Amino acid sequence: MLRDRSVASLIFEIVNYTLLSIIALLTLLPFVHVIAASFTTNAELATKTFVLIPTRYTLSAYKYIFSTDEVTRSLLVSIGITAVGTFVSMLLSCLMAYGLSRKDLYGRGVILFLVIFTMLFQAGMIPTFLVVKDLGMIDSYWSLIIPGAISAFNLIILKNFFQSLPEGLEESAKIDGCSDFGILFKIVIPLSLPAIATISLFYAVNYWNTYFNAILYLNDASKWPVQVILRQIVVLASGLDFNNSALTDTVPPPDQTVKMAVIVVATVPVLLVYPFLQKYFTKGALLGSIKG
Amino acid sequence: MDATMAVKPTTAVKTKPKRNVRNRILKNRYIYLMILPGLIYFVLFKYIPMVGLAISFEDFQPYRGMFGGPWVGFEYFHQLFTDPAFWMILKNTLILFGLNLLIFFPIPIVLALMLNEIKVQFFKRSVQTIIYIPYFMSWVIVVSITYVLLTTDDGIINGILVELGHQKINFLLSTSWFRPIYVLQNIWQGAGWGTIIYLAAITSIDPGLYEAAKMDGASRLRQIWHITLPAIRSVIVILLILKIGQVLDLGYEHVYLMLNSMNRSVAEIIDTYVYTAGLQEGQWSYSTAIGFFKSLIGLILVMGANWLAKKVGEEGVY
Repeated sequence: MLRDRSVASLIFEIVNYTLLSIIALLTLLPFVHVIAASFTTNAELATKTFVLIPTRYTLSAYKYIFSTDEVTRSLLVSIGITAVGTFVSMLLSCLMAYGLSRKDLYGRGVILFLVIFTMLFQAGMIPTFLVVKDLGMIDSYWSLIIPGAISAFNLIILKNFFQSLPEGLEESAKIDGCSDFGILFKIVIPLSLPAIATISLFYAVNYWNTYFNAILYLNDASKWPVQVILRQIVVLASGLDFNNSALTDTVPPPDQTVKMAVIVVATVPVLLVYPFLQKYFTKGALLGSIKG
Repeated sequence: MDATMAVKPTTAVKTKPKRNVRNRILKNRYIYLMILPGLIYFVLFKYIPMVGLAISFEDFQPYRGMFGGPWVGFEYFHQLFTDPAFWMILKNTLILFGLNLLIFFPIPIVLALMLNEIKVQFFKRSVQTIIYIPYFMSWVIVVSITYVLLTTDDGIINGILVELGHQKINFLLSTSWFRPIYVLQNIWQGAGWGTIIYLAAITSIDPGLYEAAKMDGASRLRQIWHITLPAIRSVIVILLILKIGQVLDLGYEHVYLMLNSMNRSVAEIIDTYVYTAGLQEGQWSYSTAIGFFKSLIGLILVMGANWLAKKVGEEGVY
């Protein structure tokens, strides 16, 4: 114990605490700047380079983006996709994960291999696009949900969690005349709430963050989710890509504060669910194992 | 009884497992029903597209259907290896992968080791909370933040440069800044989250080992080097194997957002090229061939890395 208070150890402590504080600060800084700037007037942002606390608060950027149809509609689309998608994903994943957690299942090894193999080898963008197209999902909201409904990774985490529950529970439920579906919905799922909550939130965050599938499958701009609109407003409207200058030719580029406000609006829902997520993943509980 | 057993041993052996299998399947029929929707999903969206890779061997046109085109054999793969653009995107892809492996990969390990040395729980938990946040932000958000920070009109970084008496730098169009920005974005978004799996592995280390090391007069750095690091070695190996399997899989969502006509010579990677050539220019078969090549290399590498890991006595992924 005495050695712990040696000079070398003290220096180590100081350096370690300082470095980690700086890292945490650097992680936060970009986002804090964006939030602060979104509440700032354009004039102040133009004259001052560095804004962490604006001198005059204004909501004009937010008023502007919610006065346009585009952002409001895209937010509603994203909320809908996230709600429906998370439900569909969880239903499919729980059913399949529970089935695969039953060790007495004939053919279990083959199915598990089929699932795991998709993590090692993917057909890629074009063949998948053609399948989605042949299924008639182009320009349908379902194209943002069904083609990625089950994540093999999440499925295996759930399966491992179900497998870790004591087998005696199912046996006794069966003796009491409970069906397989009854066991899953009345016993296994209620007992797995921490895992269910975590995986649901993972799916939800994924759906909220969807943008590339929307670019691939939705030609109709009125159906775009908020992330695609954010890309239009910040990335494309910066006028950097001369191949995509259609937008900037007709409309003047949006104000810097408007860009900041759209970034904040697209991020806030994720930050709201974050505290709920955190409770579970700090324990490392859900990262049990990715091995079959 | 003895007689029948003696006469028909072969049929008994044959029929018994069959009936067993049928019984086992029947007993679990509802379980199969549960698996069915998921299985249909994997077949429809993972395995049928694999069959669809066949279009890289034909002259595919969407209106003719998946197997309607004339077969051309390996023509598109020949085109691949003679196309100068392909060598450019392969080079770009490999460079970004190398940077990820050399610079990004060790950072979560170091961060986890640093966090593990923190004894004030409140401080440790606060830092963890903060550095996990960016992982939940989409690439659109990360790239958008990058844009508003780095833009030449009113961007904060260029504002600081000007105040320090420097020239403005057009980071977003620059070919030399693309790679550093790409790696920094990866670090900002993923390094914090990457610590979780290492921290989980560290918690399983026997505290007695540290006590013993202290008795022997080992310094903090030596304890980290001789106890903590070896204890998480197998986790590091597993993650390294998985990473190597993603050699050509650099996140097209991310790179596609950073790509513009000025930085194309360094930012165009296999995935973005597949999208441009395939879906925008209609070179269906050629871009599928590129994607096929990419997936195949990934599979070979992950299997190779796994084999190597087992060879040197590590556990491997499967």
